[in-house]
Amino acid sequence: MKYIVCVKQVPDTSGKVAVKEDGTMDRSKMATIINPDDLNAVEAALALKDKNPDAKVVVVSMGPPPAAGMLHELLAMGADEAVLVSGREFGGSDTFATSQILAGAIAHMGVESDDVIFCGRQAIDGDTAQVGPQIAEKLGLPQVSYAADIEQNGNTLKIKRVLEDGYMNIEVETPCLVTCIKELNTPRYMTVRGILEFDKKPYTVYDFEMLKDEPLIELDTIGLKGSPTNVYKSFSPPVKGAGKMIDATEDGISAMVSELVEKHII
Amino acid sequence: MILDEKRLLMQKLCRDFAETEFTDEILDELEETGEFNWDIFNKMAKYGFCGVKIPTEYGGQGGDSLDYVLMVEEFAKVSPVLAIYANTSNSLGGGPLMICGNEEQKAKYLADVATGKKIMVFCLTEPGAGSDAGGTITTAVEDGDYYVLNGRKTFVSGAPVADYAVVLAKTDTTLKGSRGISMFIVDMKAPGVSLGKPEAKMGIVGYPTCDVILENVRVHKDDLVGKRDKGFGAAMATLDGGRLGISAQALGIAEGAFNEAVKYAKERKQFGKPIAEFQAISFMIADMATEIEAARELIYSTALKKDAGDPEASKLCAMSKLFAAEMCNRVCYKAVQIHGGYGYIKEYKVERFYRDARITSIYEGTSQVQQMVVSGNILKK
Repeated sequence: MKYIVCVKQVPDTSGKVAVKEDGTMDRSKMATIINPDDLNAVEAALALKDKNPDAKVVVVSMGPPPAAGMLHELLAMGADEAVLVSGREFGGSDTFATSQILAGAIAHMGVESDDVIFCGRQAIDGDTAQVGPQIAEKLGLPQVSYAADIEQNGNTLKIKRVLEDGYMNIEVETPCLVTCIKELNTPRYMTVRGILEFDKKPYTVYDFEMLKDEPLIELDTIGLKGSPTNVYKSFSPPVKGAGKMIDATEDGISAMVSELVEKHII
Repeated sequence: MILDEKRLLMQKLCRDFAETEFTDEILDELEETGEFNWDIFNKMAKYGFCGVKIPTEYGGQGGDSLDYVLMVEEFAKVSPVLAIYANTSNSLGGGPLMICGNEEQKAKYLADVATGKKIMVFCLTEPGAGSDAGGTITTAVEDGDYYVLNGRKTFVSGAPVADYAVVLAKTDTTLKGSRGISMFIVDMKAPGVSLGKPEAKMGIVGYPTCDVILENVRVHKDDLVGKRDKGFGAAMATLDGGRLGISAQALGIAEGAFNEAVKYAKERKQFGKPIAEFQAISFMIADMATEIEAARELIYSTALKKDAGDPEASKLCAMSKLFAAEMCNRVCYKAVQIHGGYGYIKEYKVERFYRDARITSIYEGTSQVQQMVVSGNILKK
């Protein structure tokens, strides 16, 4: 049994966002971090592994060679294996191209009937939330996005899928793909032993040569040239005001109604 | 010093842990109650901090002195007192066993200490034997398979929460000074062991300290650590490692106070501009930063040299503590000065750093004792 977790190294957008003339982000001028939602995905896999010690957690990332540092950190957190998908031919890929390459890399390692693939909901640099679902489509796997709770019973996962206006309880059979949101868990720290021994764990680089014959990868639709997306403009989204929670009691509801009346909404 | 990837990850782990887990609520509670916080201690144990420097075969994490220094430094930046929680097992607690314990003792005690299941503390100081540890008058008299211990140990950090204590006692009273002293592991629950009242301290509040009184305490011969009558040398070797830890703590305290001072100097406005723009303040900041950097380089390189078996290591450990502790006190003085009146108010972090700094030039050998060690190393050659 494998828990495969797709992770991405992203620029730290909590500071100032540097944008190049062509509208894309200038990553060289920004510090990098592990995409926060991906850390929740790693924690989800590690938490399930805590209950199924025979399972293996494999973290996989597509990125330039420095992304190795992030994978080392995840090995120190408890992941068993790391795969870096890296090659000049993959550079500049948009979500369509990236999901093909990652799906190809996952197919290359092999998907068993009891495997689960985890992704973060979205990366903080592009905010598209497309790569996870696209990987599932390419691999022909069922997908559940926005997981806020995951329970595994044999080959069945019970997932609480949270949306802006409510939630769904979904059961899905393995193999499947799950995208995770921050409400799912609090990622654990690395451990001291994990840091001292991360280099004893398997670490593999999948380059272009290794993946070019994977049937899921179409060579003319990867990399910067093959990506159909054109970036028009990069900007930080406006901050959304915090929602207000109302107690589902009579008092709570009447307070809400008077507030809506006061603001001339109803 | 350029740190490699593993060191940087260690630094990141310790920094993330301290910044996230050492919350203001916990720090205020420590200060108000003075009591040991078991929750945070157990969390530190879970992530392996209690055994960072203890070998893996004895339940530790297998790190080295520099890993240990990085941990203590990062923890002390946020909380000098919580830095001690993870420090003790790696230094004065587990140190004597690592230096001269036999395999049975290591198996019996060290694994539990390394994993935080048990706490072991170090009893050296006596009311009449502080800097002059050779003045020890606690006695251990052989009686069949046992030694019978009598005496009073003072300023024992962590005694109120300890399961075991390493106690130095005179096994041969005919020998003068530091000779004839042996080291024993004493079960704190053994008949005849009692504790004094926890001391009300100026700083490092929340890691309780008290006297340990030994009245006819029977300790089995199996719990004699190292050679009989030769305990003093092992105690001094333990203190070398301990001094490196205190140096790192002093470094962390200085950095914590410095960061607060820089933040404040940029925010606080007087005469129409931030006080950081006045040379009197900016030069203080330059001096503080320079001293911190100098201490860091000395401590990091000493850690590496100590593990490499450098014959100068003992002197370098004393130099590190001497310089770092005095530097820490100077930096904290300036950090309070930059804060002006606010620095004297408990609500501001520098007030606590200033009080916590004071112990670093006192415990595990005062600055003057470090000067004796350093000069002795140079002049007695």
